[in-house]
Amino acid sequence: MMAFRTRSSALLGLLRKEAYHILRDRRTLIVITLIPIVQVVIFGYAIRTDVEHVRLAIVDPSPDSATLALRSRFGATDNFRIVGVVPRSADVDRLFQRGEAQEAIVFEPGFAARLGQGLPARVQIITDATEPNTGSAIQAYALQVIQEYEREINPAAGTIRIVPQVRTRFNPTRDSSNLFVPGLMAFVLTIISSLMTAISLTREKEMGTLETLLVSPLRPWHIIVGKVAPYLLIGFVSVIGVIVEARLVFNVPLRGSLALLLAEGLLFILVSLSLGILISARTSSQRVAMFGAMVGTMLPTMLLSGFIFPLESLPWPLQMVSFVVPARWFVTVARSIMLKGVGLTYLWRETLVLVVMALVLLTLSTRSFKERLE
Amino acid sequence: MRRIRFLAWAEVLHVIRDRATLAQVLVLPLAQLLILSNAATFEVRDVPTYVVDFDRSTASRGLVDRFAASGNFDIVGDSTSLDLANDELLRGRVTLVVTVPHDFERSLMRDRAAPIQLAVNAEKGSAAGVVQSYALRILSAYSAELGTTLRPTMANVRSASRDQPPMRGATRIEVTVRNRYNQTLNYKHYMVPGLLVALVTLIATLVSAQNIAREKELGTLEQLNVTPLTRGQFIAAKLLPFWVLGMLDLGIGLTAGWLIFDIPVRGSLVLLFGSAAVYLVVALAIGLWISTLVETQQQAMFVTFFIVNIYLLMSGLFTPIDSMSPWVQTVSLLNPVRHFVTISRALLVKGAGLQEIVQPLAILALFAVVTLALAIRQYSKRTA
Repeated sequence: MMAFRTRSSALLGLLRKEAYHILRDRRTLIVITLIPIVQVVIFGYAIRTDVEHVRLAIVDPSPDSATLALRSRFGATDNFRIVGVVPRSADVDRLFQRGEAQEAIVFEPGFAARLGQGLPARVQIITDATEPNTGSAIQAYALQVIQEYEREINPAAGTIRIVPQVRTRFNPTRDSSNLFVPGLMAFVLTIISSLMTAISLTREKEMGTLETLLVSPLRPWHIIVGKVAPYLLIGFVSVIGVIVEARLVFNVPLRGSLALLLAEGLLFILVSLSLGILISARTSSQRVAMFGAMVGTMLPTMLLSGFIFPLESLPWPLQMVSFVVPARWFVTVARSIMLKGVGLTYLWRETLVLVVMALVLLTLSTRSFKERLE
Repeated sequence: MRRIRFLAWAEVLHVIRDRATLAQVLVLPLAQLLILSNAATFEVRDVPTYVVDFDRSTASRGLVDRFAASGNFDIVGDSTSLDLANDELLRGRVTLVVTVPHDFERSLMRDRAAPIQLAVNAEKGSAAGVVQSYALRILSAYSAELGTTLRPTMANVRSASRDQPPMRGATRIEVTVRNRYNQTLNYKHYMVPGLLVALVTLIATLVSAQNIAREKELGTLEQLNVTPLTRGQFIAAKLLPFWVLGMLDLGIGLTAGWLIFDIPVRGSLVLLFGSAAVYLVVALAIGLWISTLVETQQQAMFVTFFIVNIYLLMSGLFTPIDSMSPWVQTVSLLNPVRHFVTISRALLVKGAGLQEIVQPLAILALFAVVTLALAIRQYSKRTA
């Protein structure tokens, strides 16, 4: 009983020491607290792919009634902003190169006259397709405007129309913040749980203070708990912070159960912490640990989890790699809970993968930590 | 001048001797370029699609065939159950559900118009918008086709770059489309010129910040400070080797991009490297500034990573500047990375000349002067 009490008070002491360490390193603390806040803002406002207010240049060598009518159609829609009318299509390149225009509509001379004679009147849509997705989108916008105009001047031509009724499911406004917040949680948790744990454990090693801890009456798992618990707390608090900020600033929905989301979050923290411990057990210097944590956990979380970039477009070797990235599973789970409002019935498989990962990594990391001790 | 040369040479020796740094400088950029160009992509292809065809007519089957044949969609399942389709959406296995209602063909014949439903899983983010525009293009091409087969009139969409067959008829407005600068809509041609900037930025900022922080940690910075070396000389000697390394990395990255991904080099390389020379001063000055703020290498790395991360995300490297919120667009004018990304894409992809990039280049030059002056001042204050 006595022994238990001294041990647990020793654990408390270690926890207190660790808390002081974290609080004393102001710069790192500031960065840790700033990361979630700033990232939510950046992803909400800056990482967007909606295309609107396309800068349109018009090439109209001989303006006539038809080209003017069509030009005013483009001017009237919200999607386009006419930035210039030039007489020759050779002038368009300069506008593209300077980024002043994104798309150009080129009319042939005598456009209205040909239309009047029932001849095909030609118009060309040139898009700056440097960014292919924007290129496709603005091309489709322009096509739509022209086809609508054509239907209007030519109502009885027996055109066939397939009218698409588009429903955008789960995120009707296509707000990017809705999509990024779940991934952001994974990202923040990885930084705090894997990176910070790995660094703080290797620092003790580098400074030789780990040896001191080892000869103390503390059990190995005490050391691990003592080192890891503060980060677990920070991680948990920042997840809640991200959810609250996302709700207040961007109105990100939480359609499913908060309890389930937090439970899955804990599971993911456990996986990341074990990864951090594993990295620190295998490395000897802070620099290597940091590098290992970045390459091994942060980059995969950013690139291979579907957080920012869709997984479907990855080449297959990278897709294979993504299966062992814990964040991939957590991002799917968090997104489904927040946006689709589904529960474990749909998510048991992802959850199971995370549980297995947690068990395997926890066993591996405590074992390799013990090995170092003997 | 001689002092600068000696110190710079010492720095070069350090870099060559320390294998970790050498790897960081030479191997990392290549690995980064290879992985990022494949992973950091919003490219949309093989969209998993589910079809609910209630009509089962020639017209509806034709429509489904057009989707399958377009190369953008991968039909992974079909049934006549909306519940099944919804379930697949919820499970996240499909991105698009195409629902063709009863009487699709009949309405087309009778009313010349018929609805179909497209449900896009917007959980997949940016893909949703592109999926929609692909689908709309197929629909408009198909309705044009039906128009000619059912009765030969209708607007035709003739594509110059895509493989839609040209269609002729009693056309009123004939539209041709042209994808300038990126005919094959290859995402890598967009990403690689931007990634080169990311690569140069990371090296210049991270390595310089870390390097000076290490001297601080080891206490050798104090030693240098008591030598007759002036602050200006010290900074010049410290930054010069990394400036050269940055240029070297750009060269390596560009060669790799050109050899492996066949990225276009349409503009002048002299201009590109000239702009890089100016830009590197900015990136190095930021690294120097960070090093004055931190005490340890760990902090240097952490702070650099944080700052560079924000810079890159807001530079238009991954997502177009035009899509950002208006206030972010304004703020991003202060972001040097944005201007170099613009220059790099304009030169490499669009084949611009000096006249077209003079504005961002002038801004970069201004940044170079200001950041360097600030960093030197900050540095002197810290050490004085």
